[in-house]
Amino acid sequence: MRPVRLVLRSVAPFLVALPILWFVQGALPSYHSFVFINIAVNVILAVSLNVVNGFTGQFSIGHAAFMAVGAYTAALVTTGMEAFQVVGLPPAASDALIFFVALLAGMAMASLAGLLVGIPSLRLRGDYLAIVTLGFGEIIRVVIENTRVLGQATGISGLPAYTNVVWAGMGVVATVVMARRLLLSTQGRALLAIREDEVAAEAMGVDTVGWKVRAFVISAAFAGLAGALLVHKIQLVTPRMFTFVKSMEVVVMVVLGGMGSITGSVVAATLLTVALESLQAADQYRMVIFSLLLIVLMLTRPSGLFGTREIWDAVPRWLRRRADGGTP
Amino acid sequence: MTEFLQHVVNGVSLGTIYALIALGYTMVYGVLKLINFAHGDVYMAAAFAGFYIATALDVRDHPTIGKAVVVFLGAMAVAGAMGWAIERFAYRPLRNRPRLATLITAIGISFLLEYGFQLPSLQAQGRTFEEVLRGWGWGVPGWLDALVGALPSTFPPGPTPRFFPEPFTRVDWTVFGGVHVSNYDVVSFLVAVGFMLGLQWIVYRTRFGTAMRAVSFDPRVAGLMGIPVNRVISATFVLGSVLAAVAALLVAGSRPRIDPIMGLMPGLKAFVAAVFGGIGNVPGAMLGGIALGLAEEMVAGYTVSSFRDGIAFAMLILVLILRPEGLLGRVTVEKV
Repeated sequence: MRPVRLVLRSVAPFLVALPILWFVQGALPSYHSFVFINIAVNVILAVSLNVVNGFTGQFSIGHAAFMAVGAYTAALVTTGMEAFQVVGLPPAASDALIFFVALLAGMAMASLAGLLVGIPSLRLRGDYLAIVTLGFGEIIRVVIENTRVLGQATGISGLPAYTNVVWAGMGVVATVVMARRLLLSTQGRALLAIREDEVAAEAMGVDTVGWKVRAFVISAAFAGLAGALLVHKIQLVTPRMFTFVKSMEVVVMVVLGGMGSITGSVVAATLLTVALESLQAADQYRMVIFSLLLIVLMLTRPSGLFGTREIWDAVPRWLRRRADGGTP
Repeated sequence: MTEFLQHVVNGVSLGTIYALIALGYTMVYGVLKLINFAHGDVYMAAAFAGFYIATALDVRDHPTIGKAVVVFLGAMAVAGAMGWAIERFAYRPLRNRPRLATLITAIGISFLLEYGFQLPSLQAQGRTFEEVLRGWGWGVPGWLDALVGALPSTFPPGPTPRFFPEPFTRVDWTVFGGVHVSNYDVVSFLVAVGFMLGLQWIVYRTRFGTAMRAVSFDPRVAGLMGIPVNRVISATFVLGSVLAAVAALLVAGSRPRIDPIMGLMPGLKAFVAAVFGGIGNVPGAMLGGIALGLAEEMVAGYTVSSFRDGIAFAMLILVLILRPEGLLGRVTVEKV
């Protein structure tokens, strides 16, 4: 019984989401599906950053760098294999398979990059680690701008437009399932212990260094996925898409939603993306509003909208209370 | 050989700038254990303050040394006031919260300044501030009106770069058979060294400096010993911001192009310099600044010049892995 339930918990969300996404894909007009993919990418970014910033209590401000690694790797794979078709498959299935491989390659390379950044955390804490992630982000950008294969400052254009609502939606489901399963597991408790008190966690036998590095690797892999999905929608990848500003946008989403809350990140990423889309006309005010929001939030409600609470914890409690007779 | 000497001259002149900015980071980190991300943007704001004062004084057409001094002092005063206000209203309310909260606020302030300065000025939109407030249905209090009236009409400057007027004519000398040194290099080097020596004197020879070092050692005990901790922290911010203003004006003298994001890179690099020298350590920041300036200039001169921006961060990561306390820093052990 138990293994079956475990498998179901991980697989069932995908099985439920797939037909829904298929339906949404058909029903949405093209502008809205663009917004939907934008939201999905930001949700993946925010939830994956939450693994490092929220669960583990570290402070990474170089998330865009992992995105860049994933995006460029996937772009190289898809542009390299565009003329290629898997034998015995219809073109659509062959494209899907290639894209799937590209996404996996992007995630793998991004997690390697995460390992690289995670290693300095062997000796660093708090704000020093933040600076290392920032520095790493800048180094990645400089390297890309100087590499001929990656198109230097102009980037790679003409990528195939593989990303659609289904791919993006499945990415979100994968990220949220990963985060939830991680949080409820023994491993997740190790991360939370590091967040609450690193010295005490170490004294209780938690391998703090190992878990910090692993958190970075997991988070980086999903950032890479987000990057790969994004660039196959807009069909272009340039180093300017992955600057410090992008990293900060994701940090704002995580902080607004509440560090440590998965559903908080989802809600905040959705709200902010929609807000930014509708602010597109007043583009110059967008970052001003962002920064004001961040400051006011920190001064008045530093735990964010949700704190560390989750919607899926609150809903059953609320239902039970209603069943008990209404009054709390 | 001549080429090498030229790189040394350029590197030192760049390094003194980094050193001046790094001093602000290192002092603030010393007393508050906070990476003041907004420091680079105070530097930017000081450059613009200098630009507006210089425009008001008509330095472009009639430059005199007296006006240059006024521009200098004015920009220092504006930067000092900004440093004070940022600490008072953004950081002090969070003093007893987790350090991460203050760090995030610092990043917020930094972005607010960068993007706030990129907004189009009301003059460019053809409106006055009073009209905007009236339009929202608010009256204009007298003090606010006076404050806004004191601001230049082209504020905020918007994203297009401005060009800082030259305070005196540029003279290039050739020494050692081919190394170019300008009078700007000489003046800025002397001014920077002068300010650094002054700071060294303040930190190690005055009562205020002693109080600052005491707060940096342990703020709670320093408070119990009767040291006005809040005032010392405010003064530290003012001091750091004033040094950033000095750096901004020295840069604007030789590289006159100023824009709202000019503080981002120098700010980050100066932070690297501070970490390299040992954060919290005043001579370390100067050493780190010069070392970083030289390293950048050498990398740009002898390899690909676009690697210039990467070297600072590569250096940072190496230092943090090999010697996290920096060149002149002390090892601290975390106690429970």
